Amino acid sequence: MKDDGTTTLTPDQLKGQALAEAETDGARALHRIVIVGHVDHGKSTLIGRLLYDTDSLPPGKVEELEAVSARRGMAIEWSFVLDAFQAERDQAVTIDTTQIWFKTALRDYVIIDAPGHREFLKNMVSGAASADAAVVVVDAEEGVREQSRRHAYLLHLLGIRQVAVVVNKMDLVDFDQARFEQVSKEITEYLESIGATPMVIVPISARDGDNIAKRSWRTPWYDGPTVLSALDGFHGHPGVGAQPLRLPIQDVYKFDARRILAGRIESGSISVGDTVLFSPSNKTARVRAIEAWPEDGKPESAAAGESVGITLDEQLFVERGEIASHVENPPKLTTLFHARLFWLGHKSLTVGSRYKLKLLTQEAEVTVESIERIVDTQTLETSAGDSVERNAVAEVTLRSRQVLGLDDYGDLPKTGRFVLIEDYDTVGGGVISMEGLPDQRQAVEVKSTNVISVEHRLTADNRAARNGHHGGVLWFTGLSGAGKSTLAMEVEQRLFAKGYQVYVLDGDNVRRGLNANLGFSPEDRTENIRRVGEAAALFADSGIICITAFISPYRVDRDRARASAPGRFHEIYIKADVETCEQRDPKGLYKKARAGEIPQFTGVSAPYEAPEAADLEVDTSTETVPESVERIVRYVENVSTFKRNDRKPPMRSGPPPCA
Amino acid sequence: MDHLDALEAQSVYILREAYARIEPLAMLWSLGKDSNVMIWLARKAFLGHVPFPVMHVDTGKKFKEMYEFRDRYAEEWKLDFLREVCPPIEEIDPSLPPAARSAARKTEGLRQAIAKHELKGVIAGIRRDEQATRAKERVFSPRGETGAWDFRDQPPEFWDQYKTDFPPGTHIRIHPLLHWTELDIWLYTQREGIPIVPLYLSKDGKRYRSLGDEDITNPVDSDAASIADIIKELQTTNTSERAGRAMDHEREDAFERLRATGYM
Repeated sequence: MKDDGTTTLTPDQLKGQALAEAETDGARALHRIVIVGHVDHGKSTLIGRLLYDTDSLPPGKVEELEAVSARRGMAIEWSFVLDAFQAERDQAVTIDTTQIWFKTALRDYVIIDAPGHREFLKNMVSGAASADAAVVVVDAEEGVREQSRRHAYLLHLLGIRQVAVVVNKMDLVDFDQARFEQVSKEITEYLESIGATPMVIVPISARDGDNIAKRSWRTPWYDGPTVLSALDGFHGHPGVGAQPLRLPIQDVYKFDARRILAGRIESGSISVGDTVLFSPSNKTARVRAIEAWPEDGKPESAAAGESVGITLDEQLFVERGEIASHVENPPKLTTLFHARLFWLGHKSLTVGSRYKLKLLTQEAEVTVESIERIVDTQTLETSAGDSVERNAVAEVTLRSRQVLGLDDYGDLPKTGRFVLIEDYDTVGGGVISMEGLPDQRQAVEVKSTNVISVEHRLTADNRAARNGHHGGVLWFTGLSGAGKSTLAMEVEQRLFAKGYQVYVLDGDNVRRGLNANLGFSPEDRTENIRRVGEAAALFADSGIICITAFISPYRVDRDRARASAPGRFHEIYIKADVETCEQRDPKGLYKKARAGEIPQFTGVSAPYEAPEAADLEVDTSTETVPESVERIVRYVENVSTFKRNDRKPPMRSGPPPCA
Repeated sequence: MDHLDALEAQSVYILREAYARIEPLAMLWSLGKDSNVMIWLARKAFLGHVPFPVMHVDTGKKFKEMYEFRDRYAEEWKLDFLREVCPPIEEIDPSLPPAARSAARKTEGLRQAIAKHELKGVIAGIRRDEQATRAKERVFSPRGETGAWDFRDQPPEFWDQYKTDFPPGTHIRIHPLLHWTELDIWLYTQREGIPIVPLYLSKDGKRYRSLGDEDITNPVDSDAASIADIIKELQTTNTSERAGRAMDHEREDAFERLRATGYM
């Protein structure tokens, strides 16, 4: 650390690092550098000068530049190298990201020139997101300005960790050391406040070439590296091969007899014979082969960055959007996540708005559940608000209609980030945090170790022999006011009268005891349904018909309840449209929800996912209560799984029934 | 993974995204070194198959060697080959300089082919390092109903999330080689043993570095008689690849104007 608080590396240190890296890289690697900074602080000039100093300009280009500059009545203007567009030249502003190649003795570079103008943020993002490292240009006279901060913040948000700063136009401040240190302190303080550290800070004059390729005699007080040696000191991509496997499926090819799952490995590695788990479907299979063309080159394993095609040992129905991982370290499954996002949409982002989310190859509809805070990227101050404007950054919570496989951005960046689409356009990008949210896969896993299931001496058939029927779950789902509780109680009474062992688990009743510690947050709702599903499965196991009456709006929750009572779960959709339910409003809840007193009320401000293939559907807006009851009772009487002497439901093995 | 492996994997990813999300799709084959690499990459991506038509928008003015190459490899690579013919030059804006007018004819031929096959995606082998204007391109680049490219309002493109949603009447140009350089193309062609039109190799001290229509493409001075020689030559030259293309030199902004109207 120097006195001014900046961390700088000596040229020797940088060279040592770079050489060590060059050896491990093997061939000449291409490094992508993004150059950002406030408008007119001299980014394009720096790039033009870098090209000149590395001898990367085509013959005649310097003369051409001189001619063009003279025509416009200026001294040589290096930025004209990049300004490929007539339009741009006339406005003297870089419109879009430009890429330009040059090489040093050590390696090849592509420079991405990002524009400084505020309204061109999306282009800056397009350029910067793929960079290995960044250079922030700050004007020595003007010091740190709005876009210097904004760009630095966005670089950090985009995941760029290697940052160098150049303090440009030192000629305008007479190469004054005190001014340099003042500007260095300013930018360092800002970067540190967002968790970034500049690797070097170089005083330069891009126009005159001071400290670009050669050390300048005009800065005798500066002993750090030149811009070129600083660039050579940057590292390439850190090894993602050692991370957990994430292979998002792009497509499934059936061009011949093979069924090939195609995709690019985003992290980790995969080998023939590995058992892979697909998320969110939760299916597993073994890798039979890693296919290739020409066919003689089939590899035994593949790692991060490679585009592969795999075949499995069994015909799984897996589609685009699934993520293959190893069983022991899978992505999280969730319908709810937090994100820090930058917003590029012309329309502002508001609570309740819906977007198409793209996360690797997954696509899903998401709703903005809440906006936690809006971040001012200049001051880093946060404020509350219910809408996020173009070019702003915000922390939000998003809810997806379907289960997504994803990771915390901090753990695995490639599976922890997404973009949002509105109409036909990308309107934002974000990075994911699952802090405080449950992994919905965890919910079905057994947390404690040393748990060994004990075999009952009685079998389901024993119990059926006593009761006259098998146990099972009648899972009523539907909107509030659709008639679930009413029908549950009626059906319970009717079945009891017919000699069935039957019991109703009702929402409000369960929340007084078993689930008294749960509220109405999304994770509590999920846990509420999980417990009810498990309790209902125990009733069913004990030979009783258990009727549950819960809204249970999410398919994933109902599917999990079904999985708890395999073969004995009957999803009964109590159907009625929102208008009908709202008219009935037996508990006055719709009125409260409309008044905004109940947040996230299903059907009003939260979605209801209707069953796709319910075992029975009763429509209470067209049927009378007795009609609906009759249909449900008839269903129970007719369905084979309840019948004592019929084919055995898939259950634990045990001694033969004594009946 | 070396540098070429990384380029290949990225291009394969792009081709697979295009195939998964856009239909109907076709790949443009100019018969040049870049589009040959592109077809090769498609065969890698789809494990030996090229699952969409490969289209040559023919000006009728290519070199004999190029037509021979086309006829041979369309068959050998089992391509679903389409030949589309450009309209006569008389139908093209006579106010354009001669070479640009010739290029505009190709643009019109392409526009008609896209309309005829109702294509939603067109895969083209342009690279960012070829020409400064192409450096600003996106990997998935939307085109208006006339094929026009609005370089002032391009969609954001980051984290390999490409534009696959677009309104009816428009289409997407897909550029799987955008991140390659001329040198990369030759290194990869050499490594993979991809066939090339022999005009690229030096004959009597001259060779073609870039192949267009016979009447508007000039050879450059070179003794590079093998791909290895070309690679050596490129590692030391600073002359631009399209130096032999007449249309690039007629006006300061000729190329940009061509691209804005739909030229590749």
